[in-house]
Formats: sequence, C-alpha cells, structure tokens
Amino acid sequence: MFEIGLSHYLSVAAILFTLGVFGIFLNRKNVIIIMMSVELMLLAVNINFVAFSSYLHDLVGQVFAMFILTVAAAEAAIGLAIVVVFFRNRGTIAVEEISQLKG
Amino acid sequence: MFTALIFYMFAGLAIASGVMVISSRNPVHSVLWLILAFFNAAGLFLLLGAEFLAMVLVIVYVGAVAVLFLFVVMMLDINLVEFREGFLQYLPTGALIGLVLLVELLTMFGGWAFAPDVAAAVMAPTPALAQANNTVALGQLIYTNYVYLFQASGLILLVAMIGTILLTHRRRTGVRKQVVADQVARNASSVELRKVQTGRGI
Repeated sequence: MFEIGLSHYLSVAAILFTLGVFGIFLNRKNVIIIMMSVELMLLAVNINFVAFSSYLHDLVGQVFAMFILTVAAAEAAIGLAIVVVFFRNRGTIAVEEISQLKG
Repeated sequence: MFTALIFYMFAGLAIASGVMVISSRNPVHSVLWLILAFFNAAGLFLLLGAEFLAMVLVIVYVGAVAVLFLFVVMMLDINLVEFREGFLQYLPTGALIGLVLLVELLTMFGGWAFAPDVAAAVMAPTPALAQANNTVALGQLIYTNYVYLFQASGLILLVAMIGTILLTHRRRTGVRKQVVADQVARNASSVELRKVQTGRGI
C-alpha cells in the first residue's frame, strides 16, 4: 500500500484512459469535449511510457513520450482549426449535424 | 511513506479532475479541469524522475494546448443546453464498455512483473544522477541516436502550423489594405501634376 511500484502508475494511467473512453461515450454531442477526452487518453499513454521508462531505467520511453506530446499538440491544433472552420460555415458544432459526407 | 502520500495526492487529483473534465456541464470548466489534470500528471512525472518531460508537459499542454482549447471554447457561441440532451442516453453503454476496459487493463497491469532477462533489452540505460541529470541525458539521446525522429517531429509541427493557418485564414472582401508592391511600382508618369489657382480648386 505504501510501497509505490510500477503497478500503481499503470493503474492510474488505466483509469485515466478509461475516463477518456467513457468521456467520448458520455459527450457524444460536443466535439470539443470529445477532443479533450482524446487528450486525456494520450496523457494516460504518456504516463505509461514514462513509468516503464523509469522502472526499466531506459530513457527511450521518455524520448517516445516526447514524440507523442508533439503529435498530440499538432493534432489538437489541427482539430480545433477544423472545428473553427466548421463553425464558421454551419453555425454549429453539434456532432450529429456533421453529416455532409453521408451523401 | 511520504512519497506514497504525494503519489496518492497527485494520482487522486488527476483522476478526480479527469472525472470532472468529462462530466462538468460547462466546456470552459472542462478545460480548466483538464489543466488541473495536466498539472497533476506533471507531478507524477516528477515522482518518476522525468523532470524534463514534466516541465514540457506544463509548458506545452497547459501553456499552449489547454489555452488553445480555452480560446476556441470561448470564441464559439455554443448552445450549452443543446449539448446536454441525450446525456444519459449513452450512459449505460458507455459505463459498461468503460467498466470492461478498466477491469481488463487493471487485471493486466495489476500483477505486472518483468521478465528476468529484460535488463539485456534496454536500449539506452539511464545514466546515474551524478553523471548527467535527466535533461542532459535526454538531450544526449535525442540529438544523437534519435536526431532524424526529432527532425521529423519538427516537420510534423511545421505541417500542422501550415495546415492550421491555411484552414482558418480567410480573405475578407471590402477591406482596404496597403499593397506595398503597387506603391513601390508607381513612377513619375503615373502622377499628374496640375497647377491649381489660388482659391479655385480643380
């Protein structure tokens, strides 16, 4: 209980990842909250990488976590730009209104 | 003992703010809880000895990504009530899938044990703290063995920047702008000089 091991960190990451998945289900209408849930999931993955890196004494895990951070930042920027453009064109960002590709 | 208390504080706060991110009614509050979650994750990184990543998490996520979210949430005029409709509709399915996922992950991670020969597979052993601190060690790794990947991540950021500017930039009509090239291209023949008599005007 008071001895913090790898399993503790992995459990925290697992709970955060599940919260991200759950958030996507819960907020099916709001695309911004969905993107925040994706960020939570990426954060959980990063915690996993850093925990393994720390307990294996291998720095490569932290290097990989940094690349994930980069890609996550790029993804957030592009996603929010798409949201802004969509809102400018349609006046709404409700997910079920985004159905133009349905044909 | 003390480390355990700090770990539980960071972990508990991170999970609690994660719950608030997905359950709060106002998207602005969600972003603020997300910032708290990032801060606590940075604390966990510090406990794990990844100081550089902890600081990068605070700077990049809290300083850039979360503030970007905050900008967009506040800029768009969103009807908050509309989004709450059907909130409970997906709750049972989501809870079921989330529970199954959580139980699976916890059973997998709960009794984690390394293989006995795992130390032989370590790619880049962490140097002793007296030899090089975390930032120095990461830098020595990134700028040597992983320099191509580092450049590639820079390219990803460049492409993301170009794409974002291209998407959100728009030309407005009816706005007078200074065109420097036209001004520079003028010569004496395009200017007409007239003698104006006093008090008459042209």
